[in-house]
Amino acid sequence: MGGVLVIAEARRGELREVSLELVTAAAQVKQAAGGPLVVALIDADAAVLAPALAAEGVDEVLTIASPVSTFEAHVAARALAALIEAEQPALVLLGHTIDSMGFAPAVAARGRLGFASDVVALGWEGGVIARRGAYGDKLLDELEFPGKTCTLLMVRPGTFAPAAPGSAGGAPVRAVELGDLADAARSEHVGFQEVVAGDVDITKSDFLLSIGRGVAEQDNIPRFEQLAQRLGATLSVSRPLVDAGWMPGARQVGQSGKTVKPRLYLALGISGAVQHLAGMRTAETIIAVNTDPEAPIFGVAHYGAVIDMFELADELEAKFA
Amino acid sequence: MKIVVAVKAVAALDDEFELAADGSAVDPDYLEWELNEWDGFSLEAALALREATGDGEVVALSVGDEEAEEALLGCLAKGADRGVRIWDETLAGAEPLTVARVLAAAVEREAPDLVLCGVQSSDSVNGATGIALAGLLDLPHVAVVKRLDYDAASATATVERELEGGLVEVLRVRTPALLTIQTGINQPRYATLRAIKQAREKPLTVEGLGDLGLDPAELESAAGSRRRELAIPDRSAGAEMLAGSPAEIATRILELVKERAS
Repeated sequence: MGGVLVIAEARRGELREVSLELVTAAAQVKQAAGGPLVVALIDADAAVLAPALAAEGVDEVLTIASPVSTFEAHVAARALAALIEAEQPALVLLGHTIDSMGFAPAVAARGRLGFASDVVALGWEGGVIARRGAYGDKLLDELEFPGKTCTLLMVRPGTFAPAAPGSAGGAPVRAVELGDLADAARSEHVGFQEVVAGDVDITKSDFLLSIGRGVAEQDNIPRFEQLAQRLGATLSVSRPLVDAGWMPGARQVGQSGKTVKPRLYLALGISGAVQHLAGMRTAETIIAVNTDPEAPIFGVAHYGAVIDMFELADELEAKFA
Repeated sequence: MKIVVAVKAVAALDDEFELAADGSAVDPDYLEWELNEWDGFSLEAALALREATGDGEVVALSVGDEEAEEALLGCLAKGADRGVRIWDETLAGAEPLTVARVLAAAVEREAPDLVLCGVQSSDSVNGATGIALAGLLDLPHVAVVKRLDYDAASATATVERELEGGLVEVLRVRTPALLTIQTGINQPRYATLRAIKQAREKPLTVEGLGDLGLDPAELESAAGSRRRELAIPDRSAGAEMLAGSPAEIATRILELVKERAS
């Protein structure tokens, strides 16, 4: 049949932003894919959330009522495989999110589909083409999917601008029965936990001085805490410092930590893994300081300096002395 | 209990590197290899489980060439009981579904109680191989696990799945199962010098695709993708670089702080 199937996401009764970003991505290649743009939502609340998915360019919204109240990877996998079977799309787009990472690769492997994850650009040359980062985003890998009638791509959140939400009366909404979803679940939801609030809320700060792996040792952290204080900044950190148990999770910027949007983000010794960039790339001004001139953080920073963070700290402290 | 840990030797690019003339790969002279960071945590989780349950075996598996041999020796030095390396020239630069298919054949033979993989590798960042492997083996699976409690009596794992924005889901899954392990779940141990020497005494087998009943042509047709080109991204839209002495850079940064922070 061809066309593009977008798998939207919801969590705790709300659509996740990546859903409408995927619609934008799908609209780009819809013509070439030679078929409709169909958006599907597998969720207990699917029917309630469906109208917002009927954005411009969407031909049909499919709702699959999940038998379980929260995301369940094996239910999602079975539903997706059945949807692909029924709709025969040329291209399936999902977000490169934690939920989709939990089931989409399993469906692609079992179905011998074309597959790529963390995709940052799409094209079409006789078939879909995808670009993704390689070697920690220092290089770009361009992929093709020869001989595949269906290709499943997981698109990096934040890569495409979200489409304007649709409303009731937009594209038709169809409830799809996929049969035996009820016995697909193989994990049992126990509950959700929120990260424990810390002594400060880094999302409220206008100026974050953020430190990463470059700090090297726990004993070096107080020095940058003082420097932050002198500059009038709040100290935040990247993931490795939390993993090491040196700083509380409440100070962490990134996908699994906080998303921040300060007026100024001064990053010292942070290379800029995708998961970190996801949490700070919309800061108004980003200054990045790193010894590696190829560090991906320079790709999103407004100002950069290739200098050791300790050497910079020496100079800044001298100016306050 | 028997735990299989799938690990990968990852490549870090030197500051100065060159692409092969046809743009298909990085010139291997410019790569430095080490055990994938995530896999250090999944190995530690396996070793801790073996110690907690008092018996069992930890088998480290890797698809790779000489660099994987080093990574596996490192796992043996830290306490893995046995290593298996699978290699064939056709697997160079293999995409995640192909690696998963090769691993699946090897894991199936081991019939483990638990399979642990890192969430992703630091060089390719697919975040896909582990869950693809679970799909091929039809094992229950949970991705991005940041806490793992195993109850041997009920063969049940209670895990915390790390979601976006600091949210965590607690869930229960029956084993055998496959979990992908997130960094920070534990503090990986270091190998002692003595253990590093003794690692060479532990069993480490090397197998080809034929030993696993796999056919390169069949693997190629099942591959998820094919590389068209490896390119250096356009960084022209990137940062304005501050030049000068450390003192001059510090002065400029202070000016920017005054201008932009308030």
